[in-house]
Amino acid sequence: MNQLLPLFVVIPLSATFLIMIFGRFFRDFNKYFASCVLLFLVVLSFYSLINLNGGLSLYKVGGWQPVNKIPIGIYMMMDGFNSLIVCIINLVGFLAVFYSISYIKRYTAENYFYALFCLLIGGMNGVVLSGDLFNIFVFLEISVISSYALVAFGVEKNELEASFKYQVLGGLASFLILFGIGFIYWKTKTLNIADIRAAFSNGYDKKYYLFVQLLILSGFGLKAAIIPFHAWLPDAHSSAPSPISAMLSGVFIKAVGIYVIIRLFFNMFVISEEMAILITTLGTLSMVIGVFLAIGQWDIKRLLAYHSISQMGYVVMSVGIGMILVSRGLKPEVASLAITGGIYHLINHAAFKGLLFLNAGAIEYTLGTRNLKEMGGLAKVMPVTSATSFIASMSISGIPPFNGFFSKLIIIIAAVMARFYLLAALAVIVSIITLASFLKFQRYAFYNKPANPERPEVKEVPFPMVFSMIVLSILCLLLSLLVIPSVREAVLAPAVDILTDPLKYSTFILGQ
Amino acid sequence: MIAYYMCFGLFLVGLYGVITRRNLVKIAVSLSIMEISTFLFFALVGYIDKGVAPIVNPADPDKIYVDPLPQALVLTAIVIGLATTSLLMAVIIRLYRKYKTFDIREIKELRG
Repeated sequence: MNQLLPLFVVIPLSATFLIMIFGRFFRDFNKYFASCVLLFLVVLSFYSLINLNGGLSLYKVGGWQPVNKIPIGIYMMMDGFNSLIVCIINLVGFLAVFYSISYIKRYTAENYFYALFCLLIGGMNGVVLSGDLFNIFVFLEISVISSYALVAFGVEKNELEASFKYQVLGGLASFLILFGIGFIYWKTKTLNIADIRAAFSNGYDKKYYLFVQLLILSGFGLKAAIIPFHAWLPDAHSSAPSPISAMLSGVFIKAVGIYVIIRLFFNMFVISEEMAILITTLGTLSMVIGVFLAIGQWDIKRLLAYHSISQMGYVVMSVGIGMILVSRGLKPEVASLAITGGIYHLINHAAFKGLLFLNAGAIEYTLGTRNLKEMGGLAKVMPVTSATSFIASMSISGIPPFNGFFSKLIIIIAAVMARFYLLAALAVIVSIITLASFLKFQRYAFYNKPANPERPEVKEVPFPMVFSMIVLSILCLLLSLLVIPSVREAVLAPAVDILTDPLKYSTFILGQ
Repeated sequence: MIAYYMCFGLFLVGLYGVITRRNLVKIAVSLSIMEISTFLFFALVGYIDKGVAPIVNPADPDKIYVDPLPQALVLTAIVIGLATTSLLMAVIIRLYRKYKTFDIREIKELRG
């Protein structure tokens, strides 16, 4: 029993209510309290990552012990994989909330903003730590409802339209997931992920199994905006306030979409080859189509949002290659290399995409526009924003020595070793187009002559925004250390182990 | 078995409404129909023929009870559904104030 696990959910949820109550009476209580809570969660998540040391830990809510080795309580568990995700959720969350201290002054109703932000964090932590299918759904809805409200936070035409679209598609996804959970419960009579795995390994009806997998994949695929389901993402992510865009693009689609897909398909379902090929195809399509949609964009945040789809495609494709190899039972070391590349790129994407959205927010904060054609010449007047966004752009396009290069390199090497030469070539081409697109961003925003010569004097953004951007850009450099074999063994190997060896997960949980 | 098919049919009715209707409120209603079909499905999953409400009576050990867990799940899901529906209606009201129409064809600021 690890007593720390429920704190990841309880602390942000109670912070939500405290902010709503005390924020009315004390001015500035909300922002400092939210920052302190998030800082504490960052410390807690890194402490548990180090304390975990590659093992697993479990918490039974309410102390319900299993009866005849059948788990009946709600389980929360932490292993090598989700401890990494919890770390990036809380770290990016802390930086985004610290950034909002000066950014969110543009809006009214700051109390609601910080309360919803804490709710979002609590929901995501819950999704990631839950070891129980229905609780994944409940926490998913908590975080998704707060994200609907946060997307509509500006209550102007665009924000409301984006939020409506997002809510309709998000609602559809929720019902698909709920249907999937119902079908799984119908056959297995249990909701615990490890127990479902045990029930499935006793045999199952093939058609029913495929149907359930498709329901779950399309539900969580809608949340993760994999390509046929991507329509809501560019609108929602570009309309939200910038710190929220950084959260949604940097962490949210991973925590409630990609993470759950990876977890369920490796640890709950027995991977079948058709599904693995389907997932790889969807990932490749997202990677290629996302970047082509991004080329023609002139709105910075829309451009970044389309790149999110493309970068998530890398992650899904690489994990899918791993799945294909695992399902065929071939070359286990290549399979784990592919999964390592996927997870590594997932972590890196949180750092650089969060940073890019914060940069976009800084530009919007000073100029009041998101259109690239109306910018220019910002490199001299906003040196920090310019330098950090340069680091992030190089990182996302895969230029050494930044982190994006190493994760893309691992993905491409794994694809070549698995003999998917076409996918490797596509990954390289998409990376080059990404570079072109970000050179355009750099040139039009920072280096061209100002589009409007008589624009009023602009200056660098205030300290909290600068601080968050600098920390994230340092993180972009530091994360490239994960490629060193000894560090990789310590951090990424436990995450890959738990996925490639599904028995480890279920025997641990059922053995408790 | 026919009840399961009807439940799935209700889901498809809702999906048809979401895809074809042009009125924002009708889309919200169609989403609610889909939601209710999933709740019905959960209630059906827990039902056992000739089962009674699961209040255990020690004097009668042979009694058949229905599965109480899906009912608990449905209660949770109904509460969540209430929250999402009310948020959706709130956004629709704000949209109406901005555009003075419920027609989705008129609301198209975001493209590309």
